Amino acid sequence: MLEIKNLYVSINDKPILKGVNLKIEKGEIHALMGPNGSGKSTLSFVLMGHPKYKITKGEIFFEGKNITEINPDERARLGMFLCFQYPTEIQGVSLFNFLKTSYNSINNEKISSMEFREIMKDKMKLLGVEQKFIERYLNEGFSGGEKKRGEILQMAVLNPKISILDETDSGLDIDSLKIVSNGINKVSNSENSILLITHYKRILKYIKPKFVHVMIDGKIVLSGDEKLADELEENGYNFLKEKVK
Amino acid sequence: MNNCTVNINNNYEEKYGWNVKIDSINETNIGLSENTINEISKIKNENKENKWINEFRLKSLKHFQERKMPTWGGNLSNINFNNIIYYKKFVDKKDNWNKLPIKIKETFDKLGIPEAEKNILAGTSAQFDSEIVYHKIREDLKKQGVIFVDPDEGLQKYPHIFKKYFGTVVPYSDNKFAALNSAVFSGGSFIYIPKNVEVKMPLQAYFRINSENIGQFERTLIIADEGSKVHYIEGCTASVYSKDSLHSAIVEIIALPNSHVRYTTLQNWSKNVYNLVTKRAVAYENAIVEWVDANIGSSLTMKYPSVIMKGEGAKADILSVAFAGKNQHQDTGAKVIHLASNTTSKITAKSVSKDGGKTTYRGKLYVPKKSDNVKSSVRCDALLLDEISKTDTYPYNNIENNNAVITHEATVGKIGEEELFYLRSRGLTEEMALNMIVTGFFDVFAKEIPLEYAIEFNRLIQLEMIGAVG
Ligand SMILES: Nc1ncnc2c1ncn2[C@@H]1O[C@H](COP(=O)(O)OP(=O)(O)OP(=O)(O)O)[C@@H](O)[C@H]1O
Ligand SMILES: [Mg+2]
Repeated sequence: MLEIKNLYVSINDKPILKGVNLKIEKGEIHALMGPNGSGKSTLSFVLMGHPKYKITKGEIFFEGKNITEINPDERARLGMFLCFQYPTEIQGVSLFNFLKTSYNSINNEKISSMEFREIMKDKMKLLGVEQKFIERYLNEGFSGGEKKRGEILQMAVLNPKISILDETDSGLDIDSLKIVSNGINKVSNSENSILLITHYKRILKYIKPKFVHVMIDGKIVLSGDEKLADELEENGYNFLKEKVK
Repeated sequence: MNNCTVNINNNYEEKYGWNVKIDSINETNIGLSENTINEISKIKNENKENKWINEFRLKSLKHFQERKMPTWGGNLSNINFNNIIYYKKFVDKKDNWNKLPIKIKETFDKLGIPEAEKNILAGTSAQFDSEIVYHKIREDLKKQGVIFVDPDEGLQKYPHIFKKYFGTVVPYSDNKFAALNSAVFSGGSFIYIPKNVEVKMPLQAYFRINSENIGQFERTLIIADEGSKVHYIEGCTASVYSKDSLHSAIVEIIALPNSHVRYTTLQNWSKNVYNLVTKRAVAYENAIVEWVDANIGSSLTMKYPSVIMKGEGAKADILSVAFAGKNQHQDTGAKVIHLASNTTSKITAKSVSKDGGKTTYRGKLYVPKKSDNVKSSVRCDALLLDEISKTDTYPYNNIENNNAVITHEATVGKIGEEELFYLRSRGLTEEMALNMIVTGFFDVFAKEIPLEYAIEFNRLIQLEMIGAVG
């Protein structure tokens, strides 16, 4: 479904990603871990086509198609979704109106507010959000946890083929973590894939990855199964740095 | 994106900028002189019982001729006052759309005025060049004593109220264009809301400029008696021509104690119109005056809605939004004069400039020493959509009383890359994302006006945004 080949990325001429290789098949969940500043968010932005980052080498394929050069909105229409680590606030635009526009654009439809309200109903329930919440301006004044809930609500409504979840678990209290994880699991099936970026094992209790990768200094240095996450939690990244030397 | 090379003017032309060919029944010769004034007075029958109006006009003309052009604000040097027709009338006023000449009726049909009248308005008037051609107010309001007529009728039928207030808020000598309006004014509204009457649905006046080379000089006078409440809405459009037209209006509001007046404007002139307007209100004890003002059209607008708070506890709320595209300058703002204690004002100004357009915020805040416990907050946000567009802010504050609580915030921004990316990552094209950000930026305005107008407003903004993607 998604294949990253030897990807090198710079920002302001500073190299951040230094040869990333990753392959995610349909129906798979992959977790990506790694110390602060190692390049995880950079990778997620680049996968979604952020214009700020410059790809100096390498390619990205989605469902066999080379998407290295295409626009973020085209990627969204192909079925890619990024759940932001820090979702952006947009003044004066309600979450509901925004998501309706997004839904219509991605699915090439023109459904009305009334119809869209129907589509939203279940998903709102799934994520435990009220009408008031979706009428608020997009992410404006949302608490950290509310922002994440909003992101997963969007994911649930848009139903993408691949979701890149950048630290969706950070900032969530225990109950929210459960609700959000449950939301993710409801969307997840054998037809779609997830790249889950996280620092903590606790979300892996709810969402079971097939593979765990570790990124250090712009490279995936180690890949394994769930046990790798346990090992990391126990020993930290230093032991790993030693190990891969 | 090269598939959207739609021209804004073409779009405006199609939706608002067409014109109809129809013969006038009265018009003055091109240019302005004492003769022009006397001619207008004659047509309006002002030479008999209301001779003072004719004298007022002549006095104003003299002042206009002597007064220098303002040297601040926008570029006024291309206005040729000799090239303008100052008065043009097509038909006597009717209270039935079907009695109007078909071309005039069709004009307002196409602009959706009869439709709005049916759905949401308590009273409607429509002006075509110099005169009101249609006027109607709901019977029940009439019975309650609400007056909503044009100034000619106001002067004839209610001379005492008219004379008591006319020209008291904006004197003819206020500025050059106030003098011009005072000389040649025609059309507009005269409104009186009796004590404790609340007009629940809005009253609306729509102003249409159809002819080439014309000047439109309507005059609006609103008196809200004690404890009354009214919402007045005005909209406007004009036919597109290569030659300039001039629109110069005066609006005076008298908000008597405990009254509440809201005045909403959706200005959408064609880009060949100079829009030079003086709008001012006086607010007495505990009265509330709200100006809700949007400027999207015109080549140059100079307009600074003002509230003079004369009574204790009076409140002013001014919301002014502007969009300046190619070859446009929106020089707008607000003035609040706190002449009494415990008065409060709030100014919110938002502007977007694009394609080299220019927006200016000009504000004035005055708190004299005698006014205690004044609160005022001013917020101006400007958004620049490209490198060639401009915005300026000129707030003049004169605070003589130390216990006034004043806040002032101003921001100038560009559309953020992160905002754009966030929206685009959710499948919105660059164009859709820009539209959404700009619409959101103006939401403070859209949510203040009735839904029908908000839809219209958002559509106008979207029309202006066409071609925003480089
Ligand atoms: N806009 C930018 N300008 C300069 N440096 C940047 C920019 N964006 C990212 N970087 C740098 O790139 C490196 C990788 O950052 P990135 O956000 O991808 O890390 P991360 O792995 O997501 O970290 P965290 O776990 O803290 O979220 C960091 O050194 C960061 O400072
Ligand atoms: Mg990160």
